[in-house]
Amino acid sequence: MKKILNKPVLAVGPFHPLQEEAEFFQLTLDGEIVTDIDMRISYNHRGIEAISETLQFDQVPFLVSRVCGICSASHPLAYVNAVEEIAGITPPERAQYVRVIINELERIHSHMLWVGLAGHFIGYDTVFMWAWKYREPVLDILEEITGNRNNYGNVKVGGCREDVPNEMIPKIRQKLDELEKKVEMLVKVVLDDPVIHARLKGVGVLTKEAARQYAVAGPTARGSGIAIDVRRDDPYAAYSDLDWNVITQPEGDVFAKAVVRLLEVLESIKIIRQAVDKLPDGPIDMEVKEIPAGEGCGHAEAPRGETFHYVRSDGGNRPVRHKIRAPSFVNVPSFRASCIGQHIADVTITLAAVDPCYSCTERLAVVDGHNNVIHDYESLLKLSREKTARIKKEIL
Amino acid sequence: MKQEELKSRLEEIKDKLIAIEQPRDNRIYLLCEAEDAYAVDKFLFEGLNLRFVIATGIDAEGCFEILYHFANDETGTFVTTRAFIRDHENPSIESITPLIPGAEWIERETHDVLGIDFKNHPNLRRLILSDDWPEGVYPLRKACPACPEPAEGSKTKELKNEKDIE
Repeated sequence: MKKILNKPVLAVGPFHPLQEEAEFFQLTLDGEIVTDIDMRISYNHRGIEAISETLQFDQVPFLVSRVCGICSASHPLAYVNAVEEIAGITPPERAQYVRVIINELERIHSHMLWVGLAGHFIGYDTVFMWAWKYREPVLDILEEITGNRNNYGNVKVGGCREDVPNEMIPKIRQKLDELEKKVEMLVKVVLDDPVIHARLKGVGVLTKEAARQYAVAGPTARGSGIAIDVRRDDPYAAYSDLDWNVITQPEGDVFAKAVVRLLEVLESIKIIRQAVDKLPDGPIDMEVKEIPAGEGCGHAEAPRGETFHYVRSDGGNRPVRHKIRAPSFVNVPSFRASCIGQHIADVTITLAAVDPCYSCTERLAVVDGHNNVIHDYESLLKLSREKTARIKKEIL
Repeated sequence: MKQEELKSRLEEIKDKLIAIEQPRDNRIYLLCEAEDAYAVDKFLFEGLNLRFVIATGIDAEGCFEILYHFANDETGTFVTTRAFIRDHENPSIESITPLIPGAEWIERETHDVLGIDFKNHPNLRRLILSDDWPEGVYPLRKACPACPEPAEGSKTKELKNEKDIE
């Protein structure tokens, strides 16, 4: 066993306790309060930017859809936005709408997954079971359209690979109607539950100024009162034709981020309904002859925030540089601002609140320097749940 | 900030720039030398209140380019500082992490994959390459060998407090 010399150090990882992915956090403690945090990432570095330089432009979407299984619609979309900017082409209208539908379905299933996990971690396993149950029909729709529950690989330069068949639209509508009722119920449960309020409000606050300093994106920024959303700010696909709201909450705590995500699911349902109503007839792809020399910045609003791709072409058939920035790359370092000063029982949910995204498995060790005890994953989970139980007892 | 206002404000730092390019209405590139990049980025982040998105490092012919992408979300415009590092042997540029804490990771990553030294970076440890990746081999440089041999006992991605643990 390692002997602690100076400061008590709490090691979280190398696998993330909530998202069950490879990452290492080292928390320095004073009693039970976190005084410093350091992170180690990239246990799963696959060199995708380097591989991309060896592939042809039309092969890259399949590569970047594997950057992340959950965001496998947003990454290719950001990439094709960049390449279509270089080529100066606009894909057919129907393809633009199909892109919207796939991306919003992805957002719904990703947010539902997070809501379930967040519930699980504060000891609300019913929320976990329900949220994941309601998520399942969304994955079924995605599978029916693209052939896969994840890793859709559905966009390509100049259009889409698979169409949304017109016969499927009534079914999509019906599934959305069912889902909407369930989500409304979940929203009501979360917003009315005094224990969830007490447990999540004021926890892991990321102030508006810190959010700007750490350049965070997506629900993490919107939960801190920064109203940014690529879909509205720099519309791509068919978003400029559709009507929806950008959800923001000013508080910056875990509760605010949960509210943002839940309400965004309802907005996504609204977007898909409009998209299937307006879905124009016509082809879903066009011929793209060659990509001229030039450079393009493409971005798309993934469930976790802005996904940014920069592509440079020298007129050949492969990108000479392809930079990818996933939203978690800027959201995760903001833990420095949101975790320091927190109680360790709140750290798991705070770390989870940005919905970080890496790759898979689980393990966790806690070293309490004062008592020289090693807790494991179970006991940290227990600490988090005990705090919920304590609050529950005080309130009820 | 509206587009016209943004364009007129950019005139304020014109003496630091080589040129301003605008290939599309909402894509603006500010070309400058590496020495001026910090001042330009400071103006964009603090003066114009733009959002920092990310930086891209590129091994271009004979020099390195660092692209600092900033966004003006009101108009969906990217303002990108394109800084040229002319010294291909010992590339270095001033770090913007003291100015923008959110740039810490991308500068560490660029240091890993391109071997660019970010001066005054508070914490330029290895971030993304694996522990046995050899020192001095930079995978995104054009001259990088296809598959370098893993190094024996190379520097690992140690954590801040590692020296406190025995």
